[in-house]
Amino acid sequence: MQDLLYFCQQLINGLTIGSTYALIAIGYTMVYGIIGMINFAHGEIYMIGAYTALIAITGLATLGIAWVPLVLLIALICAVIVSSSTGWAVERVAYRPVRGRHRLIPLISAIGMSIFLQNYVHLAQGSRNIGFPALIEGGFRFGGEDSFQMSVSWIQITIFVTTFVCMTALSLFISRSRIGRACRAVSQDLGMANLLGIDTNRIISATFVIGAALAAVAGLLLGMYYGSVDPLFGFIAGLKAFTAAVLGGIGSIPGAMLGGLILGIAEAMTSGYLSGEYKDVISFSLLILILLFKPTGLLGKPEVEKI
Amino acid sequence: MLLLEDVHTHYGKIEALHGVSLEVKQGEIVSLIGANGAGKTTLLMTVCGNPQATSGRVLLEGRDITRLPTADIMRSGISIVPEGRRVFSGLTVEENLFMGGFFNSRTDNQKGIEHVYELFPRLKEREHQRAGTMSGGEQQMLAIGRALMSRPRMMILDEPSLGLAPLVIKQIFEIIGQLREEGITVFLVEQNANQALQLADRGYVLETGRIRLHDTGSNLLANPDVQAAYLGG
Repeated sequence: MQDLLYFCQQLINGLTIGSTYALIAIGYTMVYGIIGMINFAHGEIYMIGAYTALIAITGLATLGIAWVPLVLLIALICAVIVSSSTGWAVERVAYRPVRGRHRLIPLISAIGMSIFLQNYVHLAQGSRNIGFPALIEGGFRFGGEDSFQMSVSWIQITIFVTTFVCMTALSLFISRSRIGRACRAVSQDLGMANLLGIDTNRIISATFVIGAALAAVAGLLLGMYYGSVDPLFGFIAGLKAFTAAVLGGIGSIPGAMLGGLILGIAEAMTSGYLSGEYKDVISFSLLILILLFKPTGLLGKPEVEKI
Repeated sequence: MLLLEDVHTHYGKIEALHGVSLEVKQGEIVSLIGANGAGKTTLLMTVCGNPQATSGRVLLEGRDITRLPTADIMRSGISIVPEGRRVFSGLTVEENLFMGGFFNSRTDNQKGIEHVYELFPRLKEREHQRAGTMSGGEQQMLAIGRALMSRPRMMILDEPSLGLAPLVIKQIFEIIGQLREEGITVFLVEQNANQALQLADRGYVLETGRIRLHDTGSNLLANPDVQAAYLGG
Protein backbone atom coordinates (compact mmCIF):
# COMPACT_ATOMS: atom_id res chain seq x y z
CA MET A 1 0.00 0.00 0.00
CA GLN A 2 2.72 2.38 0.94
CA ASP A 3 4.72 1.49 -2.15
CA LEU A 4 1.70 2.16 -4.27
CA LEU A 5 1.13 5.55 -2.67
CA TYR A 6 4.78 6.43 -3.21
CA PHE A 7 4.50 5.41 -6.85
CA CYS A 8 1.32 7.46 -7.31
CA GLN A 9 3.03 10.46 -5.75
CA GLN A 10 5.85 10.27 -8.31
CA LEU A 11 3.31 9.80 -11.08
CA ILE A 12 1.39 12.91 -10.03
CA ASN A 13 4.58 14.95 -9.75
CA GLY A 14 5.60 13.69 -13.16
CA LEU A 15 2.28 14.51 -14.77
CA THR A 16 2.36 18.01 -13.30
CA ILE A 17 5.80 18.88 -14.57
CA GLY A 18 5.24 16.90 -17.79
CA SER A 19 2.10 18.79 -18.71
CA THR A 20 3.96 22.09 -18.48
CA TYR A 21 6.76 20.69 -20.64
CA ALA A 22 4.07 19.75 -23.11
CA LEU A 23 2.64 23.28 -23.11
CA ILE A 24 6.05 24.73 -23.94
CA ALA A 25 6.88 21.93 -26.39
CA ILE A 26 3.88 22.81 -28.54
CA GLY A 27 5.52 26.12 -29.43
CA TYR A 28 8.62 24.34 -30.71
CA THR A 29 6.69 21.74 -32.63
CA MET A 30 4.23 24.14 -34.28
CA VAL A 31 6.95 26.47 -35.50
CA TYR A 32 9.02 23.53 -36.71
CA GLY A 33 5.97 22.07 -38.45
CA ILE A 34 5.45 25.27 -40.43
CA ILE A 35 8.89 26.64 -41.24
CA GLY A 36 11.08 23.61 -40.49
CA MET A 37 13.17 25.50 -37.96
CA ILE A 38 13.58 25.49 -34.21
CA ASN A 39 12.65 28.69 -32.42
CA PHE A 40 15.61 28.97 -30.08
CA ALA A 41 14.14 32.02 -28.38
CA HIS A 42 11.09 30.05 -27.22
CA GLY A 43 12.49 29.36 -23.73
CA GLU A 44 12.95 33.12 -23.27
CA ILE A 45 9.38 33.77 -24.38
CA TYR A 46 8.25 31.41 -21.63
CA MET A 47 10.53 33.18 -19.11
CA ILE A 48 9.10 36.56 -20.14
CA GLY A 49 5.62 35.14 -19.59
CA ALA A 50 6.56 34.19 -16.02
CA TYR A 51 8.06 37.63 -15.32
CA THR A 52 5.06 39.44 -16.76
CA ALA A 53 2.73 37.38 -14.60
CA LEU A 54 4.85 38.18 -11.55
CA ILE A 55 4.84 41.91 -12.33
CA ALA A 56 1.07 41.83 -12.81
CA ILE A 57 0.55 39.98 -9.52
CA THR A 58 2.80 42.41 -7.65
CA GLY A 59 1.05 45.36 -9.25
CA LEU A 60 -2.38 44.08 -8.34
CA ALA A 61 -1.23 43.48 -4.77
CA THR A 62 -0.15 47.12 -4.47
CA LEU A 63 -3.56 48.15 -5.76
CA GLY A 64 -5.08 46.04 -3.02
CA ILE A 65 -6.71 43.50 -5.31
CA ALA A 66 -6.39 40.17 -3.54
CA TRP A 67 -9.19 37.95 -4.82
CA VAL A 68 -7.12 35.06 -6.17
CA PRO A 69 -9.17 34.03 -9.24
CA LEU A 70 -9.23 37.64 -10.48
CA VAL A 71 -5.51 38.11 -9.83
CA LEU A 72 -4.72 34.88 -11.69
CA LEU A 73 -6.93 35.81 -14.60
CA ILE A 74 -5.39 39.26 -15.00
CA ALA A 75 -1.86 37.87 -14.59
CA LEU A 76 -2.62 35.23 -17.20
CA ILE A 77 -4.00 37.75 -19.69
CA CYS A 78 -1.01 40.08 -19.22
CA ALA A 79 1.47 37.21 -19.60
CA VAL A 80 -0.25 35.93 -22.73
CA ILE A 81 -0.34 39.39 -24.33
CA VAL A 82 3.31 40.21 -23.60
CA SER A 83 4.64 36.76 -24.56
CA SER A 84 2.58 36.63 -27.75
CA SER A 85 3.84 40.05 -28.79
CA THR A 86 7.38 38.90 -28.07
CA GLY A 87 6.81 35.74 -30.11
CA TRP A 88 5.42 37.81 -32.97
CA ALA A 89 8.39 40.18 -32.78
CA VAL A 90 10.90 37.31 -32.73
CA GLU A 91 9.45 36.03 -35.99
CA ARG A 92 9.48 39.49 -37.59
CA VAL A 93 13.01 40.36 -36.47
CA ALA A 94 14.89 37.06 -36.43
CA TYR A 95 13.12 34.83 -38.95
CA ARG A 96 11.24 36.70 -41.66
CA PRO A 97 14.12 38.84 -42.97
CA VAL A 98 16.33 35.77 -43.41
CA ARG A 99 13.73 33.27 -44.55
CA GLY A 100 14.79 31.21 -47.54
CA ARG A 101 18.47 31.69 -46.78
CA HIS A 102 20.82 29.01 -45.56
CA ARG A 103 19.35 27.19 -42.55
CA LEU A 104 22.17 28.28 -40.25
CA ILE A 105 21.32 31.95 -40.65
CA PRO A 106 17.90 31.93 -38.92
CA LEU A 107 19.38 29.57 -36.33
CA ILE A 108 22.03 32.13 -35.46
CA SER A 109 19.63 35.07 -35.50
CA ALA A 110 17.25 33.16 -33.20
CA ILE A 111 20.03 32.38 -30.74
CA GLY A 112 20.97 36.07 -30.89
CA MET A 113 17.36 36.93 -30.10
CA SER A 114 17.44 34.54 -27.16
CA ILE A 115 20.61 36.12 -25.75
CA PHE A 116 19.15 39.58 -26.25
CA LEU A 117 15.90 38.76 -24.44
CA GLN A 118 17.73 37.07 -21.57
CA ASN A 119 20.00 40.06 -21.06
CA TYR A 120 17.17 42.50 -21.46
CA VAL A 121 15.42 40.84 -18.53
CA HIS A 122 18.72 40.80 -16.61
CA LEU A 123 18.92 44.58 -17.02
CA ALA A 124 15.27 45.35 -16.43
CA GLN A 125 14.61 42.96 -13.54
CA GLY A 126 18.04 42.19 -12.09
CA SER A 127 19.81 38.88 -12.26
CA ARG A 128 18.88 37.54 -8.82
CA ASN A 129 15.94 35.25 -8.53
CA ILE A 130 12.73 36.84 -7.34
CA GLY A 131 10.16 35.12 -5.16
CA PHE A 132 6.91 34.24 -6.86
CA PRO A 133 3.94 34.45 -4.49
CA ALA A 134 2.16 31.15 -3.92
CA LEU A 135 -1.35 32.23 -4.75
CA ILE A 136 -2.76 28.74 -4.63
CA GLU A 137 -1.95 26.95 -1.41
CA GLY A 138 -2.95 23.77 0.34
CA GLY A 139 -4.03 20.43 -0.99
CA PHE A 140 -4.98 16.91 -0.01
CA ARG A 141 -3.09 14.21 1.83
CA PHE A 142 -3.66 10.49 1.64
CA GLY A 143 -2.21 7.75 3.81
CA GLY A 144 -1.71 6.91 7.48
CA GLU A 145 -0.26 9.23 10.11
CA ASP A 146 2.93 7.33 10.69
CA SER A 147 3.58 6.14 7.14
CA PHE A 148 4.21 7.77 3.74
CA GLN A 149 1.62 10.37 2.91
CA MET A 150 0.76 11.13 -0.66
CA SER A 151 0.00 14.78 -1.23
CA VAL A 152 -1.75 16.44 -4.10
CA SER A 153 -1.63 20.21 -3.93
CA TRP A 154 -4.15 22.61 -5.42
CA ILE A 155 -1.43 24.12 -7.57
CA GLN A 156 -0.79 20.70 -9.10
CA ILE A 157 -4.48 20.32 -9.81
CA THR A 158 -4.57 23.83 -11.28
CA ILE A 159 -1.62 23.05 -13.55
CA PHE A 160 -3.20 19.84 -14.67
CA VAL A 161 -6.65 21.29 -15.36
CA THR A 162 -5.30 24.40 -17.10
CA THR A 163 -3.04 22.34 -19.32
CA PHE A 164 -5.86 20.00 -20.17
CA VAL A 165 -8.13 22.92 -21.12
CA CYS A 166 -5.40 24.55 -23.24
CA MET A 167 -4.60 21.30 -25.05
CA THR A 168 -8.24 20.56 -25.78
CA ALA A 169 -8.81 24.09 -27.03
CA LEU A 170 -5.72 23.92 -29.22
CA SER A 171 -6.67 20.52 -30.65
CA LEU A 172 -10.14 21.76 -31.52
CA PHE A 173 -8.73 24.93 -33.02
CA ILE A 174 -6.27 23.03 -35.22
CA SER A 175 -8.70 20.36 -36.35
CA ARG A 176 -11.90 22.37 -36.76
CA SER A 177 -11.27 26.05 -37.34
CA ARG A 178 -10.57 27.73 -40.65
CA ILE A 179 -7.23 29.14 -39.48
CA GLY A 180 -6.28 25.80 -37.91
CA ARG A 181 -6.92 24.07 -41.21
CA ALA A 182 -4.78 26.69 -42.93
CA CYS A 183 -2.00 26.04 -40.39
CA ARG A 184 -2.03 22.36 -41.30
CA ALA A 185 -2.09 23.13 -45.01
CA VAL A 186 0.78 25.60 -44.73
CA SER A 187 2.84 23.11 -42.73
CA GLN A 188 2.40 20.54 -45.50
CA ASP A 189 3.02 22.76 -48.50
CA LEU A 190 3.63 26.43 -47.87
CA GLY A 191 4.11 27.27 -51.54
CA MET A 192 0.81 25.66 -52.52
CA ALA A 193 -1.09 27.46 -49.76
CA ASN A 194 0.39 30.68 -51.15
CA LEU A 195 -0.85 29.69 -54.62
CA LEU A 196 -4.37 29.45 -53.15
CA GLY A 197 -4.13 33.12 -52.20
CA ILE A 198 -3.37 32.49 -48.54
CA ASP A 199 -1.08 35.03 -46.91
CA THR A 200 1.36 32.50 -45.51
CA ASN A 201 3.23 35.17 -43.55
CA ARG A 202 0.17 35.68 -41.41
CA ILE A 203 -0.20 31.96 -40.78
CA ILE A 204 3.48 31.77 -39.78
CA SER A 205 2.99 34.72 -37.40
CA ALA A 206 -0.08 32.99 -35.99
CA THR A 207 1.90 29.86 -35.10
CA PHE A 208 4.56 31.91 -33.29
CA VAL A 209 1.82 33.75 -31.41
CA ILE A 210 -0.10 30.61 -30.43
CA GLY A 211 3.07 28.86 -29.26
CA ALA A 212 4.10 31.92 -27.26
CA ALA A 213 0.67 32.22 -25.64
CA LEU A 214 0.86 28.60 -24.43
CA ALA A 215 4.40 29.20 -23.16
CA ALA A 216 3.09 32.20 -21.19
CA VAL A 217 0.47 29.99 -19.55
CA ALA A 218 3.24 27.56 -18.61
CA GLY A 219 5.32 30.48 -17.32
CA LEU A 220 2.62 31.57 -14.87
CA LEU A 221 1.92 27.99 -13.74
CA LEU A 222 5.55 27.00 -13.23
CA GLY A 223 6.41 30.33 -11.59
CA MET A 224 3.81 29.56 -8.93
CA TYR A 225 4.88 25.92 -8.70
CA TYR A 226 8.60 26.63 -8.21
CA GLY A 227 8.02 29.81 -6.20
CA SER A 228 10.69 31.90 -7.90
CA VAL A 229 11.87 33.19 -11.27
CA ASP A 230 15.21 34.34 -12.64
CA PRO A 231 16.40 35.38 -16.11
CA LEU A 232 17.77 31.89 -16.78
CA PHE A 233 14.38 30.37 -15.88
CA GLY A 234 13.66 29.71 -19.54
CA PHE A 235 16.89 28.00 -20.45
CA ILE A 236 16.53 24.59 -18.86
CA ALA A 237 12.74 24.50 -19.28
CA GLY A 238 13.19 25.36 -22.96
CA LEU A 239 15.75 22.60 -23.35
CA LYS A 240 13.46 20.09 -21.67
CA ALA A 241 10.46 21.13 -23.74
CA PHE A 242 12.57 20.91 -26.89
CA THR A 243 13.56 17.38 -25.83
CA ALA A 244 9.89 16.57 -25.28
CA ALA A 245 9.01 17.86 -28.75
CA VAL A 246 11.72 15.75 -30.39
CA LEU A 247 10.81 12.75 -28.26
CA GLY A 248 7.18 12.90 -29.38
CA GLY A 249 8.09 13.66 -32.99
CA ILE A 250 8.92 17.24 -33.91
CA GLY A 251 6.16 18.78 -35.99
CA SER A 252 3.44 16.69 -34.38
CA ILE A 253 1.19 18.40 -31.83
CA PRO A 254 -0.09 15.18 -30.17
CA GLY A 255 3.58 14.11 -30.18
CA ALA A 256 4.58 17.18 -28.17
CA MET A 257 1.84 16.46 -25.64
CA LEU A 258 2.87 12.82 -25.30
CA GLY A 259 6.59 13.64 -25.26
CA GLY A 260 6.09 16.19 -22.47
CA LEU A 261 4.16 13.75 -20.29
CA ILE A 262 6.63 10.90 -20.83
CA LEU A 263 9.57 13.15 -20.07
CA GLY A 264 7.92 14.52 -16.93
CA ILE A 265 7.04 11.06 -15.62
CA ALA A 266 10.51 9.71 -16.42
CA GLU A 267 12.09 12.57 -14.48
CA ALA A 268 9.79 12.18 -11.50
CA MET A 269 10.39 8.42 -11.34
CA THR A 270 14.13 8.97 -11.51
CA SER A 271 13.98 11.53 -8.73
CA GLY A 272 11.73 9.28 -6.66
CA TYR A 273 13.54 5.97 -7.05
CA LEU A 274 17.13 6.91 -7.92
CA SER A 275 18.17 10.43 -7.13
CA GLY A 276 17.14 13.88 -8.21
CA GLU A 277 20.58 14.44 -9.64
CA TYR A 278 20.04 11.77 -12.28
CA LYS A 279 16.83 13.15 -13.71
CA ASP A 280 18.48 15.22 -16.46
CA VAL A 281 20.73 12.27 -17.32
CA ILE A 282 17.68 10.08 -17.74
CA SER A 283 15.70 12.57 -19.83
CA PHE A 284 18.52 13.26 -22.26
CA SER A 285 19.45 9.55 -22.45
CA LEU A 286 15.84 8.90 -23.36
CA LEU A 287 16.19 11.44 -26.14
CA ILE A 288 19.33 9.77 -27.48
CA LEU A 289 17.69 6.34 -27.39
CA ILE A 290 14.63 7.55 -29.26
CA LEU A 291 16.76 9.29 -31.86
CA LEU A 292 18.82 6.12 -32.32
CA PHE A 293 15.92 3.73 -32.71
CA LYS A 294 13.09 5.92 -33.97
CA PRO A 295 14.60 9.11 -35.36
CA THR A 296 11.22 10.62 -36.28
CA GLY A 297 10.13 10.50 -32.63
CA LEU A 298 7.22 8.57 -31.18
CA LEU A 299 4.41 10.07 -33.26
CA GLY A 300 6.41 11.76 -36.01
CA LYS A 301 5.89 10.38 -39.46
CA PRO A 302 8.51 10.21 -42.17
CA GLU A 303 7.52 12.25 -45.20
CA VAL A 304 5.55 10.13 -47.64
CA GLU A 305 4.86 11.60 -51.01
CA LYS A 306 3.00 10.17 -53.90
CA ILE A 307 4.52 10.98 -57.24
CA MET B 1 -7.85 38.19 -70.15
CA LEU B 2 -4.19 37.37 -69.64
CA LEU B 3 -1.48 39.24 -71.47
CA LEU B 4 2.27 38.78 -71.25
CA GLU B 5 4.45 41.48 -72.81
CA ASP B 6 8.12 40.75 -73.38
CA VAL B 7 8.49 38.90 -70.08
CA HIS B 8 11.97 38.02 -68.88
CA THR B 9 12.36 35.83 -65.79
CA HIS B 10 15.55 34.94 -63.97
CA TYR B 11 16.45 32.23 -61.50
CA GLY B 12 19.34 33.87 -59.73
CA LYS B 13 21.62 35.01 -62.57
CA ILE B 14 20.27 32.56 -65.12
CA GLU B 15 17.62 33.89 -67.46
CA ALA B 16 14.91 31.28 -68.00
CA LEU B 17 12.47 33.30 -70.12
CA HIS B 18 13.94 35.52 -72.83
CA GLY B 19 11.14 37.91 -73.64
CA VAL B 20 7.90 35.97 -73.87
CA SER B 21 4.75 37.62 -75.21
CA LEU B 22 1.45 35.81 -75.38
CA GLU B 23 -2.23 36.36 -74.90
CA VAL B 24 -5.11 34.30 -73.59
CA LYS B 25 -8.47 35.77 -74.52
CA GLN B 26 -11.64 35.51 -72.50
CA GLY B 27 -13.38 32.15 -72.91
CA GLU B 28 -10.51 30.49 -74.77
CA ILE B 29 -8.55 27.36 -74.10
CA VAL B 30 -4.93 28.11 -74.88
CA SER B 31 -2.29 25.39 -74.76
CA LEU B 32 1.38 25.93 -74.25
CA ILE B 33 3.54 23.05 -75.39
CA GLY B 34 7.25 22.51 -75.23
CA ALA B 35 9.94 20.06 -74.25
CA ASN B 36 11.25 19.48 -70.75
CA GLY B 37 13.20 22.48 -69.56
CA ALA B 38 11.74 24.84 -72.16
CA GLY B 39 10.45 27.07 -69.37
CA LYS B 40 6.77 26.14 -69.38
CA THR B 41 6.40 25.92 -65.63
CA THR B 42 8.56 29.02 -65.17
CA LEU B 43 6.18 30.89 -67.45
CA LEU B 44 3.13 29.82 -65.44
CA MET B 45 4.81 30.58 -62.15
CA THR B 46 5.78 34.03 -63.43
CA VAL B 47 2.09 34.68 -64.00
CA CYS B 48 1.55 33.68 -60.34
CA GLY B 49 4.34 36.00 -59.24
CA ASN B 50 6.74 33.34 -57.95
CA PRO B 51 9.32 34.12 -59.26
CA GLN B 52 8.41 37.60 -60.46
CA ALA B 53 9.31 38.75 -63.95
CA THR B 54 12.55 40.74 -64.01
CA SER B 55 11.28 42.85 -66.88
CA GLY B 56 8.21 43.06 -69.08
CA ARG B 57 4.61 43.13 -67.93
CA VAL B 58 1.93 40.63 -66.94
CA LEU B 59 -1.63 41.92 -67.25
CA LEU B 60 -4.68 40.14 -65.89
CA GLU B 61 -7.97 41.57 -67.13
CA GLY B 62 -6.10 44.76 -67.99
CA ARG B 63 -4.55 45.12 -64.52
CA ASP B 64 -0.78 45.03 -64.15
CA ILE B 65 0.02 42.16 -61.77
CA THR B 66 3.75 41.93 -62.51
CA ARG B 67 4.85 43.20 -59.11
CA LEU B 68 2.00 41.90 -56.95
CA PRO B 69 2.74 39.28 -54.27
CA THR B 70 1.60 35.75 -55.15
CA ALA B 71 -1.20 35.68 -52.58
CA ASP B 72 -2.73 38.88 -54.03
CA ILE B 73 -2.54 37.60 -57.61
CA MET B 74 -4.20 34.34 -56.65
CA ARG B 75 -7.10 36.24 -55.12
CA SER B 76 -7.76 38.15 -58.37
CA GLY B 77 -9.96 35.57 -60.10
CA ILE B 78 -7.22 33.23 -61.22
CA SER B 79 -6.41 29.78 -59.85
CA ILE B 80 -3.84 27.09 -60.56
CA VAL B 81 -3.63 23.32 -60.75
CA PRO B 82 0.11 23.02 -60.24
CA GLU B 83 2.57 20.53 -61.59
CA GLY B 84 2.54 17.37 -59.47
CA ARG B 85 -0.97 18.24 -58.16
CA ARG B 86 0.26 19.27 -54.71
CA VAL B 87 -2.88 18.33 -52.80
CA PHE B 88 -2.51 18.63 -49.03
CA SER B 89 -1.92 14.95 -48.37
CA GLY B 90 -2.65 15.05 -44.63
CA LEU B 91 -5.95 16.89 -45.08
CA THR B 92 -9.16 15.16 -46.09
CA VAL B 93 -10.71 15.68 -49.51
CA GLU B 94 -13.28 18.02 -48.02
CA GLU B 95 -10.64 20.03 -46.15
CA ASN B 96 -8.58 20.37 -49.33
CA LEU B 97 -11.61 21.81 -51.08
CA PHE B 98 -12.22 24.22 -48.20
CA MET B 99 -8.64 25.41 -48.59
CA GLY B 100 -9.40 26.20 -52.23
CA GLY B 101 -12.31 28.36 -51.13
CA PHE B 102 -10.50 29.88 -48.17
CA PHE B 103 -11.85 33.38 -48.80
CA ASN B 104 -15.41 32.34 -49.59
CA SER B 105 -18.37 32.57 -47.29
CA ARG B 106 -19.62 29.36 -45.72
CA THR B 107 -22.63 29.16 -48.02
CA ASP B 108 -20.53 29.78 -51.14
CA ASN B 109 -18.23 26.99 -50.05
CA GLN B 110 -21.14 24.63 -49.53
CA LYS B 111 -22.36 25.37 -53.05
CA GLY B 112 -18.84 25.10 -54.43
CA ILE B 113 -18.26 21.72 -52.84
CA GLU B 114 -21.56 20.37 -54.19
CA HIS B 115 -20.59 21.57 -57.63
CA VAL B 116 -17.18 19.87 -57.44
CA TYR B 117 -18.83 16.62 -56.27
CA GLU B 118 -21.17 16.81 -59.27
CA LEU B 119 -18.18 17.07 -61.61
CA PHE B 120 -16.22 14.38 -59.74
CA PRO B 121 -18.60 11.94 -58.01
CA ARG B 122 -15.53 9.95 -56.99
CA LEU B 123 -14.45 12.76 -54.67
CA LYS B 124 -17.80 12.66 -52.89
CA GLU B 125 -17.19 8.98 -52.06
CA ARG B 126 -13.81 9.89 -50.61
CA GLU B 127 -14.97 13.05 -48.84
CA HIS B 128 -13.46 12.16 -45.44
CA GLN B 129 -10.43 10.30 -46.71
CA ARG B 130 -6.96 11.80 -46.49
CA ALA B 131 -5.92 13.11 -49.89
CA GLY B 132 -2.51 11.41 -49.69
CA THR B 133 -4.10 7.97 -49.67
CA MET B 134 -5.85 8.43 -53.03
CA SER B 135 -4.68 7.40 -56.47
CA GLY B 136 -2.93 9.85 -58.79
CA GLY B 137 -6.04 10.35 -60.91
CA GLU B 138 -8.19 11.06 -57.87
CA GLN B 139 -5.60 13.52 -56.59
CA GLN B 140 -5.65 15.27 -59.95
CA MET B 141 -9.44 15.55 -59.75
CA LEU B 142 -9.07 16.98 -56.28
CA ALA B 143 -6.48 19.50 -57.46
CA ILE B 144 -8.86 20.67 -60.19
CA GLY B 145 -11.76 20.72 -57.74
CA ARG B 146 -9.72 22.76 -55.28
CA ALA B 147 -8.84 25.25 -58.03
CA LEU B 148 -12.56 25.57 -58.87
CA MET B 149 -13.53 26.43 -55.30
CA SER B 150 -12.47 30.08 -55.52
CA ARG B 151 -14.84 30.52 -58.53
CA PRO B 152 -12.03 31.62 -60.82
CA ARG B 153 -12.53 33.38 -64.13
CA MET B 154 -9.31 31.84 -65.34
CA MET B 155 -7.64 28.54 -64.54
CA ILE B 156 -4.04 27.58 -65.17
CA LEU B 157 -3.25 23.88 -65.42
CA ASP B 158 0.32 22.62 -65.38
CA GLU B 159 0.71 19.15 -66.92
CA PRO B 160 -2.55 17.73 -65.59
CA SER B 161 -2.04 14.46 -67.49
CA LEU B 162 1.41 13.72 -66.09
CA GLY B 163 1.77 10.19 -64.78
CA LEU B 164 -1.87 9.21 -65.27
CA ALA B 165 -3.43 6.22 -67.05
CA PRO B 166 -4.80 6.92 -70.56
CA LEU B 167 -8.39 6.45 -69.44
CA VAL B 168 -7.95 8.95 -66.60
CA ILE B 169 -6.21 11.40 -68.96
CA LYS B 170 -9.23 11.24 -71.26
CA GLN B 171 -11.49 12.04 -68.31
CA ILE B 172 -9.31 14.95 -67.20
CA PHE B 173 -9.37 16.46 -70.71
CA GLU B 174 -13.15 16.11 -70.81
CA ILE B 175 -13.36 18.04 -67.59
CA ILE B 176 -11.10 20.76 -68.99
CA GLY B 177 -13.45 21.04 -71.96
CA GLN B 178 -16.31 21.37 -69.51
CA LEU B 179 -14.57 24.25 -67.73
CA ARG B 180 -14.86 26.31 -70.88
CA GLU B 181 -18.59 25.70 -70.97
CA GLU B 182 -18.76 27.10 -67.44
CA GLY B 183 -17.15 30.27 -68.76
CA ILE B 184 -13.71 29.66 -67.32
CA THR B 185 -10.78 30.71 -69.47
CA VAL B 186 -8.17 27.93 -69.54
CA PHE B 187 -4.42 28.21 -69.94
CA LEU B 188 -3.05 24.70 -70.26
CA VAL B 189 0.55 23.54 -70.21
CA GLU B 190 1.14 20.05 -71.52
CA GLN B 191 3.74 17.66 -72.76
CA ASN B 192 0.89 15.57 -74.09
CA ALA B 193 0.82 17.89 -77.12
CA ASN B 194 -1.63 15.91 -79.21
CA GLN B 195 -4.54 16.04 -76.79
CA ALA B 196 -3.70 19.54 -75.59
CA LEU B 197 -3.77 20.96 -79.13
CA GLN B 198 -6.93 19.09 -80.09
CA LEU B 199 -8.74 20.72 -77.22
CA ALA B 200 -7.21 24.18 -77.60
CA ASP B 201 -8.46 27.15 -79.58
CA ARG B 202 -4.92 28.38 -79.92
CA GLY B 203 -1.52 27.10 -79.00
CA TYR B 204 1.96 28.39 -78.35
CA VAL B 205 5.18 26.42 -78.70
CA LEU B 206 7.87 27.34 -76.20
CA GLU B 207 11.50 26.46 -76.86
CA THR B 208 14.33 27.32 -74.45
CA GLY B 209 12.56 30.31 -73.01
CA ARG B 210 11.25 31.76 -76.30
CA ILE B 211 7.93 31.45 -78.13
CA ARG B 212 8.76 29.66 -81.42
CA LEU B 213 5.33 29.21 -82.90
CA HIS B 214 1.87 30.54 -82.35
CA ASP B 215 -1.23 29.41 -84.23
CA THR B 216 -4.64 27.84 -83.86
CA GLY B 217 -4.68 24.41 -82.25
CA SER B 218 -5.57 22.60 -85.49
CA ASN B 219 -2.94 24.44 -87.55
CA LEU B 220 -0.28 23.53 -85.02
CA LEU B 221 -1.38 19.90 -85.13
CA ALA B 222 -0.93 19.97 -88.90
CA ASN B 223 2.39 21.80 -88.76
CA PRO B 224 5.20 19.46 -89.88
CA ASP B 225 7.74 20.99 -87.46
CA VAL B 226 5.37 20.50 -84.52
CA GLN B 227 4.60 16.97 -85.68
CA ALA B 228 8.26 16.12 -85.87
CA ALA B 229 9.20 17.65 -82.53
CA TYR B 230 6.18 17.07 -80.29
CA LEU B 231 3.80 14.60 -81.85
CA GLY B 232 6.25 11.80 -82.46
CA GLY B 233 5.52 11.85 -86.14
